[in-house]
Amino acid sequence: MRKTILIVIIAMTVAGMTTVGTGCKKDTTDPAPDTSGLVRFIVPQGWPQPYYTFQNNELTQEGFELGRKLFYDVRLSRDNAISCASCHTQFSAFSHLDHPLSHGIDGLFGTRNAQGVFNMAWKPSFFWDGGVVNLENQPINPIENPVEMDEKITDVVAELGALPEYKPMFKSAFGDETVNSQRIFKALAQFMATLVSADSKYDKWTRGETGGEMTAQELNGLELFRTKCATCHKEPLFSDYTFRNNGLTPDGSLNDTGRAHITNMPGDRYKFMVPSLRNVDLTRPYMHDGRFNTLDAVLEHYRTGVVPTDNIDDVLKGGIAMTDEEKADIIAFLKTLTDQTFIKDKRFAEP
Amino acid sequence: MRSVIKMMIVAAAIAGTVTSCKKESTPSPEPPVTADTGVVYMEFFTSVGGSNLILNSQWYKNENGDSFKVSKFNYYISNVVLNGSDGTADYTEANSYHLIEHSATPSEMAFSMNDVPAGKYKSVTFMIGVDSLHNVSGAQDGALDPAKGNFWSWNTGYIMLKFEGNSPKAPTTDGMLMFHCGGFSGANNVLKTLTLALPNEVEVTKSITPHIHLQADVLSLFKSPNVIDFSTLTTIHMPGANAKKLSDNYANMFTIKYAGI
Repeated sequence: MRKTILIVIIAMTVAGMTTVGTGCKKDTTDPAPDTSGLVRFIVPQGWPQPYYTFQNNELTQEGFELGRKLFYDVRLSRDNAISCASCHTQFSAFSHLDHPLSHGIDGLFGTRNAQGVFNMAWKPSFFWDGGVVNLENQPINPIENPVEMDEKITDVVAELGALPEYKPMFKSAFGDETVNSQRIFKALAQFMATLVSADSKYDKWTRGETGGEMTAQELNGLELFRTKCATCHKEPLFSDYTFRNNGLTPDGSLNDTGRAHITNMPGDRYKFMVPSLRNVDLTRPYMHDGRFNTLDAVLEHYRTGVVPTDNIDDVLKGGIAMTDEEKADIIAFLKTLTDQTFIKDKRFAEP
Repeated sequence: MRSVIKMMIVAAAIAGTVTSCKKESTPSPEPPVTADTGVVYMEFFTSVGGSNLILNSQWYKNENGDSFKVSKFNYYISNVVLNGSDGTADYTEANSYHLIEHSATPSEMAFSMNDVPAGKYKSVTFMIGVDSLHNVSGAQDGALDPAKGNFWSWNTGYIMLKFEGNSPKAPTTDGMLMFHCGGFSGANNVLKTLTLALPNEVEVTKSITPHIHLQADVLSLFKSPNVIDFSTLTTIHMPGANAKKLSDNYANMFTIKYAGI
């Protein structure tokens, strides 16, 4: 028996080595600036295992490139005016800078702030209310939402299926030229899941690399962050992805009950998913409805603005005490979470 | 030595799976089944009380005495199993997901199972709805393609059963009734697995193709254990207590009218 296990272990090791040797891009080494143009999915050192594991959707260069093309294609919207990238621009970490609420076609507005698209593979659920639990089921929402792209997925399938330029791409990604919703969603999932942001100054600091030299203020900010903010914005993803009511005055015009919209539970009213703070300096405005324009306004909310509604999160009762200096230090630290490598990575840019 | 190599191959295959890199470890196909197999044809019918459902034009009356018309009626059938008798093993249909949409054309409300081992079968087990795993496993195709219109995109999950119609009792625009029942987890779980005995045993051979006729009665949807009053319940569009109520009713919806050639 012991021999068998030993053989299995050796065989697994060999298989693991073979795997790496033959070009499977999934490993756990540290990310380095990539100039090859080839897609990789790497679990950064010290990070938990991702939820999205490319099960039944093997990551390939062709699948990734198809997903990227779809992400940047305006033909996913009813009037061919907007693409995913319209509200998720790379320079703002795939969020929508300066737009409190998402903009759709015909000048319509959504009810929520478009979030940054990165580290999606580690999210247990999606959107501010967590209504979607698998990355592959995410894109149908903006596509079909009447105030976003307002297109029927059946029409997207028909439209793309008629375009000569897509046929070879579907073939090389999935084996034949068939265009269907499953392939569209899987390709988009391949693209989105590979948008890994883990090379900020903070990351370099944790790895002891050049470029990771933190100032005394930033380090002090990190220490303060760990005592005052990290309960919800947990390292290394800077979110615990739970749903919490953070004491915002409900906006009567939007009437967005958040998580309760999904669960129908009174106890979930006005709870929203804790957002990651990675790239936070690039993704203003803030909160689910984009009501705050600056990080200072956000921290001021936690210091003095928390409204004690029924479902207010326990950790926020009474707000978070901090001096002006402490607030400035925390903001200095938050700015170290900007990942320039990620926002300038050419692999993720419009093809 | 040969067994050691075999073990290594197995282990390598496992390792390949664990690291999610499937390119190198495509397993060789299963050897073809040599035993005789046959076809079983499953046909679905919709009745209201004693008569066949006619969409849009015909008035019906529910248990509560409310008049109503039906404009749409469909449901998922999944995980079909034929239970063997006389030593025949149970047959489990692979990739068993079927969307049954009421239609005036009977052939559109049917599917065949083409690889049923020859033998005798006494009952059929199936789920009304789509099992929880397939609600959360990402993009699906075939009957489960969201393009079929039975998938909630904003609150992931399939609409297991969809009834649309209208009633003068309903205090909605044009008396609209819209019952989209879904929910696959915890208290909101509407999935129902039924085992129904066939009226008689059926034999499957290479040349004998039994037909099984399942009838869904729309009135059962509003009858028992929960009598539905259209003046108070008109709309279900998300998982919750009302969807659960209706699912407890539609668990009693099916009868098998016929099994034979």
